Amino acid sequence: MIIKGNIIKIAGPVVVADGMRGAQIFEMVKVGNSKLIGEIIELEGDTATIQVYEETAGIQPGEVVESTGGPLSVELGPGVMGSIFDGIQRPLELIKAESGDFIARGVDAPSVDKEKKWTFKAIAKVGDKVKGGDVLGEVQETSAVLQKILVPPMFEGTIKSIAADGEYTVLDDIAEIETDSGVEKIQMLQKWPVKKGRPYTDKLDPDVPLITGQRAQDTFFSVAKGGTAAIPGPFGSGKTVTQQQLAKWADADIVIYIGCGERGNEMTEVLSEFPYLEDPKTGNPLMDRTVLIANTSNMPVAAREACVYTGITIAEYYRDQGYDVALMADSTSRWAEAMREISGRLEEMPGEEGYPAYLASRLAQFYERAGRVNTLGTNPERASISVVGAVSPPGGDLSEPVTQNTLRICKVFWALDASLADKRHFPSIDWLQSYSLYLNSIQGWWEENVAADWRATRDEAMVLLQKESELQEIVQLVGPDALPDSEQVTLETARMLREDFLQQNAFDEVDTYCAPDKQYAMLKTILLFQKESLAAVERGANIQNIVELTVKEEIGKMKYVPEADFEAKIDSIQADIVKQCSEA
Amino acid sequence: MNTNIKTREYTTVSEVSGPLMVVEGVEGVGYNEIVEIQTPTGEQRSGQVLEVTKDVAVVQVFEGTIDLNTKTTKTRFTGETAKIGVSRDMVGRIFNGIGKPIDGGPEIIADKELDINGSPMNPASREFPEEFIQTGISTIDGMNTLVRGQKLPIFSGSGLPHNDLAAQIARQAKVLGDDSEFAVIFAAMGITHEEANFFMRDFERTGALEKVTVFMNLADDPAIERILTPKMALTTAEYFAFELDMQVLVILTDMTNYCEALREISAARDEVPGRRGYPGYMYTDLAGIYERAGRIDGKEGSITQMPILVMPQDDITHPIPDLTGYITEGQIVLSRDLFRKGIYPPVDVLPSLSRLMSGGIGDGKTRADHSGVSDQLYSAYAEGRGLRDLVAVVGEEALTERDQSFLKFAQAFEDKYITQSVDEDRTIFESLDLGWDLLKILPKTELKRVKEEFIEEYLPKD
Repeated sequence: MIIKGNIIKIAGPVVVADGMRGAQIFEMVKVGNSKLIGEIIELEGDTATIQVYEETAGIQPGEVVESTGGPLSVELGPGVMGSIFDGIQRPLELIKAESGDFIARGVDAPSVDKEKKWTFKAIAKVGDKVKGGDVLGEVQETSAVLQKILVPPMFEGTIKSIAADGEYTVLDDIAEIETDSGVEKIQMLQKWPVKKGRPYTDKLDPDVPLITGQRAQDTFFSVAKGGTAAIPGPFGSGKTVTQQQLAKWADADIVIYIGCGERGNEMTEVLSEFPYLEDPKTGNPLMDRTVLIANTSNMPVAAREACVYTGITIAEYYRDQGYDVALMADSTSRWAEAMREISGRLEEMPGEEGYPAYLASRLAQFYERAGRVNTLGTNPERASISVVGAVSPPGGDLSEPVTQNTLRICKVFWALDASLADKRHFPSIDWLQSYSLYLNSIQGWWEENVAADWRATRDEAMVLLQKESELQEIVQLVGPDALPDSEQVTLETARMLREDFLQQNAFDEVDTYCAPDKQYAMLKTILLFQKESLAAVERGANIQNIVELTVKEEIGKMKYVPEADFEAKIDSIQADIVKQCSEA
Repeated sequence: MNTNIKTREYTTVSEVSGPLMVVEGVEGVGYNEIVEIQTPTGEQRSGQVLEVTKDVAVVQVFEGTIDLNTKTTKTRFTGETAKIGVSRDMVGRIFNGIGKPIDGGPEIIADKELDINGSPMNPASREFPEEFIQTGISTIDGMNTLVRGQKLPIFSGSGLPHNDLAAQIARQAKVLGDDSEFAVIFAAMGITHEEANFFMRDFERTGALEKVTVFMNLADDPAIERILTPKMALTTAEYFAFELDMQVLVILTDMTNYCEALREISAARDEVPGRRGYPGYMYTDLAGIYERAGRIDGKEGSITQMPILVMPQDDITHPIPDLTGYITEGQIVLSRDLFRKGIYPPVDVLPSLSRLMSGGIGDGKTRADHSGVSDQLYSAYAEGRGLRDLVAVVGEEALTERDQSFLKFAQAFEDKYITQSVDEDRTIFESLDLGWDLLKILPKTELKRVKEEFIEEYLPKD
């Protein structure tokens, strides 16, 4: 039922209309003569409070508000992958075609192309008993993604007919299912309300690491597939580059990248780079497995509030097909600020630092949509959504509400540090503050796939780094020469760990991605140096000789050795370490 | 947009408070609409609708509410949002904060009337900025490279020479091997007459005035007008860049004054304050300004922004620099310590950053060794500066030879690389070579950030 009311008040993105009795909370509405898109966020008797996703200048009281009959939803089906959407799933390319280089108001752009024909290949057969999540057929959506067309959740019945293999649009009927309440026609296109998580059978423990090729993240502070990680850091500490590196290199099947309230030029960089980058595993363009959601900081604030929901709903849709999805949200602070801004306009009672009292529960709800699950259907598949959220704490102060509430939920914390960034130590992940709570659950994977002593090696390196920070305090007071030789060796090794292992150059062809085997070998090599030089010092070697060993230079350059030559090279470096230390 | 032209004039002002005025019994008023106001003494002012319900409009008065009363003040709703008439003839002219000429010249005959709020640029239409702009300043060109279409603010403190630096950049900025039409738009918000005079004299002295368009809201002009000034300037910039194909550099000074004005209005409207009393929507509002820099795919022109802001108490975590830093693509930070040592320009490279640098440098743009040299200078200077604290405790003799070389490097870096005169225009190649000269101070094994082949090629041999 369409309900029509009239505007009685306008203040920024918040509009109040009366005559709206019968409309639902969170229902989408078209506001005013220019039919701006909005959402009802409060109902009181006849009046509805609406947040408008577009600029409201020029709108007058008395103009019409029209309900659309449903909540803010996304369209899911072939055609989503590889697209670039704004916060409410309008394709930016279509908006460009319609309104030019600047985004006009009230543009109506369909999320998914309704005309395009897709090659559908049926899998289910007439007479099959199916339920929500079962595969009806397949569509090769892009070179990298085979989209499975599933029975929508909540359906159960027997297939009465299914379309023959061939070309169909997303709106063509591809199957009929005989259910208890009659025959239902199924199309490839599904609509799903963004604020409601898509169902799954059950949640699993995350015990497989999400390999990112970034040494600091993989070796020291690993996130599991289906896990959640937070990257808080002040501006200039490299949050965005870190996020983009993950989007490029993480071994997920699908990547959803949400630019929430961030810089236009940065989004352009992603937009112009991804189509040309190759997936390191398949050689396909990265864009073929990526969905970008770009709601830059100057686009309307209410759509910024919506964009993370749009992103995670799309992520869930691909998870339901059995894929591992990685979702990057840059930045969740902008999302929280959008909530605060709208809450302020609603004159709600503010909580900490003006954020609404429901900030913590909204953040928790969002991150809880991540996870490793058994999908719906008769033959559940294991699939996951990993969420990496950037947080932009004002002034780099981690005690602020968004950071604190995020840390209460996320299991991995990559603390970016401005002073490391100043020294051009990238990624500027502070190794003493960061942590991962997945280490125990993913240990098995590393032992099985990389090396049996992975955990011990990693922990040993971590201890050295801890030890260094204690020694540094002494050095600050008395100078390095006052330390015993063995501790000076520790300082040398720790410096190597920092400069030659933790630092990783995202802009270097080779160093930008480091495979788990190489990470392990590099770490082993540095620890071998520690062991051998310690032995040398104990034999009475002069510490100055150790410091001046030429093999140190080789260790420093090992990150730039291409994977193909690495095995041979690492053996020669290790031999050199043993040889030079014994001669020192 | 409301197209009816019936004059809607009211004398029903019911409340005047700070910069705001409430008008009752109105009809058909649009949000953000421009209002013309006649004071009881007959003076004309303008305002803008901030909030509107069925019959009540809250209006923000630009030139101040002094003299207004609740009896005879006349208000007329124009049915239009704030607009500026733009034309090529604006180049070389001086306007006040709300776009009226104040240089005694003729009124501008508008080629187009544009909404000053603009519309967000579609991220899919943007072209990634990667054309190197040479400013002639080593710390910027060599280590925090500016590119066309970037927004790179100068974070300064009271009393630091940010104006000299801004003027020097405006004067020297050029793209190597490119001679497309270049324009500077200078928007002053709440700066003093003296500061304004400094810029005008500098533009005149160097003959730049004929390519500069000035929007001037001085410290004694109504604070409220400041809200419009940057939007006027940027709307003009968009017209120059994307319709007249010009390369536009927009200097906005001082953004701190703009934010103060924003806070003033917010307080007058009884809004829930955010950090330090600034409104919760300040991020969105600032983004609406800064994000108007950029390039568009298929268009010749570009808008490069250089906002200047004075950090209250030199505090980079203050909401104004903080929110700015989250939107702009880096920042140039001036340091009081360097200034006290007599170094000009006192650019502290460590907290400074240009996020778009990597796209604008390298082979074919500047030189292949650029990124390596820059990284190496950064890490060496950071290390050298860190050692100074240690020296204060243990004395220089206690340092190893390696550490002493870093200490020496840091000093030389400040004296030779950072320091240059107000008129010194160094090419990028001079800056890079200077960097190599300084790296000579360090042991060769410490040059880990530069590739072997570049050390071979560029490190002075002697």
